[in-house]
Amino acid sequence: MPLLSARNLRKKYGDTEVVRGLDLDIEAGECFGLIGPNGAGKTTTLKMLLGLIAPDGGSIEILGTPVPLRGREARLRIGVVPQMDNLDPDFSVRENLLVYGRYFGMADSLIESRVPALLEFAGLASKADARITTLSGGMKRRLTLARALVNDPELIVLDEPTTGLDPQARHVIWQGLRRLISQGKTILLTTHFMEEAERLCDRLVIIDHGTAIAHGSPRDMIAAEIEPDVMEIYGERVADWGEQYGTTLCERFEITGETLFCYTRDCGRVLDQLRAQHTLRYLHRPSNLEDVFLKFTGRELRD
Amino acid sequence: MSLHDFTRPRLSLRFVPVWRRHFLVWRKLALSSILGNLADPMLYMLGFGYGLGSLMPEVGGARYITFLAAGTVCYSTMNSATFEVLYSGFSRMHVQKTWDAILNAPLNLDDVMLAELTWGASKSLLSGVAILAVIWALGLQASWLLSLWVLPVVILIGLTFSAMGLVMTALSPSYDFFMYYFTLVITPMVLLCGVFYPVDRLPDFLQIAAAFLPLSHAIDLVRPLILGEVPAHIFRHVAALLAWGGVSYWLAVGFTRRRLLK
Repeated sequence: MPLLSARNLRKKYGDTEVVRGLDLDIEAGECFGLIGPNGAGKTTTLKMLLGLIAPDGGSIEILGTPVPLRGREARLRIGVVPQMDNLDPDFSVRENLLVYGRYFGMADSLIESRVPALLEFAGLASKADARITTLSGGMKRRLTLARALVNDPELIVLDEPTTGLDPQARHVIWQGLRRLISQGKTILLTTHFMEEAERLCDRLVIIDHGTAIAHGSPRDMIAAEIEPDVMEIYGERVADWGEQYGTTLCERFEITGETLFCYTRDCGRVLDQLRAQHTLRYLHRPSNLEDVFLKFTGRELRD
Repeated sequence: MSLHDFTRPRLSLRFVPVWRRHFLVWRKLALSSILGNLADPMLYMLGFGYGLGSLMPEVGGARYITFLAAGTVCYSTMNSATFEVLYSGFSRMHVQKTWDAILNAPLNLDDVMLAELTWGASKSLLSGVAILAVIWALGLQASWLLSLWVLPVVILIGLTFSAMGLVMTALSPSYDFFMYYFTLVITPMVLLCGVFYPVDRLPDFLQIAAAFLPLSHAIDLVRPLILGEVPAHIFRHVAALLAWGGVSYWLAVGFTRRRLLK
């Protein structure tokens, strides 16, 4: 039995249906990604899964508990890392953990016995008594993650955990999440960083306009949906190049601005052609999850 | 929107850890909080009580300072509860997103609201008690025993005005909105309900209006207790405060559910 299963979830705001018949199954011990462009319905879906808002249709069961009916009970065994930091600015690092643990009905002594390991996990052992306002963005994020672990949850839900972090801080968060996965925790994560999803997730679903449009493991999805090689070609005259060679040399190509994305199984011919000219710069790389994502959700801006 | 949001507020002891959170924050900021909340009304009371009081023989059958002190207990309690749930409450709900963090834990919005209500009342109890302590220190009370009964009344006043304030917090788009509440509700109430002068000095129609307002009921309970009398119509005044508080709290929980649980 999956640890979390949702069937035919629906949510409507006014006349707009933001979640339209979404199915999810998350197995114990896996890292599951919910990815999609802004406004795809990710955060709304998470709120429904946590029992914070009632769906207009469908059913949810987490750890054998029906949600939202017994959402409070389900949340006893879930840790949540929200999109926006909402640590208590007036408290120290240690007090943030203590106060949060109390919300789970935990005794102070139990919380205090867990604090050293949580601080070590977050790399904040030397900051136990520091005020939140003195922490960097990365430290706050790590503390928020540690706070989500205070109740030793079976499922950890993270809403865009690395948005706004610099690359160093992001890698530290990824390291922490991999540690949790290796400890057997189940993770549900939303992100729009495809690199993050590709590195961390065993399986993921791409949603757009409130429905699932593709799902699978990142590797399988890349293999199934995208040619193995991508040539990114840059330059003012890139459109002309596309017109001349695009259809013959690429299996598929797309142009945005001054960049042409040439998807191919035979990069040799494209490389030969590109080496013979001097006006265009190019980058040869293997295809990745971002290519899958863009194929399904398009390249137009979402605001 | 649905009427479903306005089902009966659920009461549970789960609010206690949230109340303790507010208490811990207060303890850290206590000094400035005490100065702002307690010193200000005290200074006004002493200044006007002795300054204006020296010009007047007796007001409502007592020295003006005593008359004013009884009103100030209620006024100060009301103000403190109102400020707490409006400004601090809004900051916790909307600005700092403290409520969001709490709701991700196994607590419901009703638990958060009950913590706001009881915390607002707790903080206002402190304000009421501070004024009462001045009354005791100056020996203004006619009877020790009766003046002790002011304490439960102060708790009731705090709960009532916290509940009323929470309706505003639930509906407010920003801090600026609270000015309306102070200008249109709190200030007129202070002037109508007999904090500074007896209500019977007002035109008849204003006296009738004042009789419905919660601050009038609060003062009708507290002032006799300070002057050494058992208040008249205790049941009516208590019931009125409970009704204002109960209806307001119900509405506040409903509006807040509608605002946040969607």
